Amino acid sequence: MGIEIKMPALSPTMEEGTLAKWLVKEGDEVRSGDILAEIETDKATMEFEAVDEGQIGRIVVPEGTEGVKVGTVIATMAGEGAGEGADDAAAPVPAPKAEAPKAEAAPEPKKAQSGTAKLVPEAKATVKDPALPEGTEYLKTTVREALRDAMAEEMRRDERVFVMGEEVAEYQGAYKVTQGLLEEFGDKRVIDTPITEYGFAGIGAGAAMGGLKPIVEFMTFNFAMQAIDHIINSAAKTNYMSGGQMRCPIVFRGPNGAASRVAAQHSQNYGPWYAAVPGLIVIAPYDAADAKGLLKAAIRSDDPVVFLENELVYGRSFDVPKVDDYVLPIGKARIMREGRDVTLVSYSIGVGVALEAAEALAGEGIDAEVVDLRTLRPLDTATVLQSLKKTNRLVVVEEGWPVCSIASEIAAVVMEQGFDDLDAPVLRVTNEDVPLPYAANLEKAALIDPSRVVAAVKKVCYR
Amino acid sequence: MTDQIASSPQDTPAGADHNRLRPSLPEDYEATREELLEFYRQMVLIRRFEEKAGQLYGLGLIGGFCHLYIGQEAVAVGIQSALKPGKDSVITGYRDHGHMLAYGIDPNVIMAELTGREAGISRGKGGSMHMFSVEHKFYGGHGIVGAQVSLGAGLGFAHKYNGDGGVCVAYFGDGAANQGQVYESFNMAELWKLPIIFVIENNQYAMGTSVNRSSAEDQLYRRGESFRIPGIQVNGMDVLAVRGATEEALKWVQAGNGPILLEMKTYRYRGHSMSDPAKYRSREEVQSMREKSDPIEGVKKYLTAAGVSEDELKTIDQDIRKIVSDAADFAETSPEPELHDLYTDVLVEQY
Repeated sequence: MGIEIKMPALSPTMEEGTLAKWLVKEGDEVRSGDILAEIETDKATMEFEAVDEGQIGRIVVPEGTEGVKVGTVIATMAGEGAGEGADDAAAPVPAPKAEAPKAEAAPEPKKAQSGTAKLVPEAKATVKDPALPEGTEYLKTTVREALRDAMAEEMRRDERVFVMGEEVAEYQGAYKVTQGLLEEFGDKRVIDTPITEYGFAGIGAGAAMGGLKPIVEFMTFNFAMQAIDHIINSAAKTNYMSGGQMRCPIVFRGPNGAASRVAAQHSQNYGPWYAAVPGLIVIAPYDAADAKGLLKAAIRSDDPVVFLENELVYGRSFDVPKVDDYVLPIGKARIMREGRDVTLVSYSIGVGVALEAAEALAGEGIDAEVVDLRTLRPLDTATVLQSLKKTNRLVVVEEGWPVCSIASEIAAVVMEQGFDDLDAPVLRVTNEDVPLPYAANLEKAALIDPSRVVAAVKKVCYR
Repeated sequence: MTDQIASSPQDTPAGADHNRLRPSLPEDYEATREELLEFYRQMVLIRRFEEKAGQLYGLGLIGGFCHLYIGQEAVAVGIQSALKPGKDSVITGYRDHGHMLAYGIDPNVIMAELTGREAGISRGKGGSMHMFSVEHKFYGGHGIVGAQVSLGAGLGFAHKYNGDGGVCVAYFGDGAANQGQVYESFNMAELWKLPIIFVIENNQYAMGTSVNRSSAEDQLYRRGESFRIPGIQVNGMDVLAVRGATEEALKWVQAGNGPILLEMKTYRYRGHSMSDPAKYRSREEVQSMREKSDPIEGVKKYLTAAGVSEDELKTIDQDIRKIVSDAADFAETSPEPELHDLYTDVLVEQY
């Protein structure tokens, strides 16, 4: 009985990958630890090792195949050496265990599914930028590529722009966002730092004060808590404290919010934290076009910018307009979907959840409008209030904690400035008010999903 | 009792790295008569300015925290005199008035900032601890202990990136020397050979905690050794020793060797801030330092030896008194910021 070798999951978020290269051929004897193949994941190219000993039977998926789903059988292996070799074996070879080479690669019925799966429904066709002319061509681009393109374009345009952070250069980015930048711009402008967030955030801020335009990547914003003093006390306050003399044009960027099955210390949305600080610009884009257009704007800004990305959407593809210099305005929300009955306000990954919910609601005769805030500071309250005027009902969708959240802020703004337009109280659909748990079922229970949005909308619509 | 102020550096390289290149032991600077007079003038300016600031604080014209530099004048004056204005950059903590004066920044706008007036260098929005002059490449004036060390490494990074030949001097105290980010910055500064001089102004007390009570390695000039940053201990009460050490440090950094650490052993006569009960040291200790090691008296001796008359010094003293009293008048009579300034300078751009 042979062993099935299955496409392994090589990162928490990997769903599929490219079988870049086979390093064995049919009939080869392999021992555990031998490298079978190179597999390109959404983050990196990784070597895939054999777990069992035996002979490669059939290679099912040829090299160069893209989009191979995790768990797909890519090859088979005979569990024992070839017949004639068996004789001179000192000890009998134990019977091969009929199991997959990597337990987590096997799609067993009990396989733990991350609660983040429902955060990233299939990417919805998003609205086109109304500022672009008719006939503009669009290219399918992942959020990851869009971010990289934004940095590369701005680095080509302005010598003062450089990027620093952990693993941004030689490793090509912990999440592959800075892939290729070292090759194009060299190690003067693409700088690997030691693991020292407080220190390099300070060096970045100092370099910005000295006239450069740093992009500081945090591997995730969870680690930026070590550096938050420089983000707030050094970067955000200096212009004010110096009476407008000393600027700090810097971009702090990296993934924010819940990732998949990494638990509490690696899963937090810092949007409300930074959005509370005057002197900062805070941007949290949803799709690839915004990731590109807003990151370019952030790099050009003379103000310090906190740019919150989301790991779970890095690999998603969206239409990005094919124009020479795609720069979006900071501080402008957009209507992602027009509707009459209720306004759903969200940002970052929550926008996808809101759009999914809006589709479900449409099936039930409720026409939801979806507003993507895009920038959390300054907040485009005018767009929110205008939408409310039309729908008279509002639900905020936020992948983050409820207390002192962006949702709370929107609710307060609506109370103060849109009270007469309200036909129902504003409701908040947020994560549960707990540190994010690891267990799949608990993680799922802690995070927002479209069904919760649907339930909240029904409530404000008295349905 | 405080440590003896070292009159010469005592460096004992570890056996394992005896082949490592090290800076030469610095010699006292040989100043001309004119240079000595200028040192004297600047140090007296700082002292009189700070005394006046103390008075204005007592009158309620200066609020909040106010950290005086009295006793430490030789450090800022000796170092600044070796720098190239417009090329080298400087950053320090909140005890910053002295550095600004030594950098030639107008005393009027400094004092007006202390009193929170529109004409202040930060337009009244920064106060004593947060003053900047980008024009003079003086990058503050930072209120968070130790932050200026990382920011300074960033300024050094910018010098190197731009290839402008400038060096950053980042001043911090013996208290800041225990902050973690200082060592994060040491590591990267040496790794990337940044042009920066780290200056520890060791005035022996972090607020009320003496170096001996807060630092396992109390010889602070050794604090860079595990990052391969050479350190030199300097008598920070002697302006010529300070200047001499700075010359050596500049040579080291400008030759592309990366950072260097200078520990300036100095002493502050006044409290940490204006509200310091001074229970942590004796009156006798302070008195003894004033009598034996005062940096201004020290320069006076050099001047006398150089044949400068008492009268010449008196003329300088009178000029300084006038400058300081004019600065105080200016700071008292200048208007407060307009109320609409509350909302300006939060961001640079409009969104």
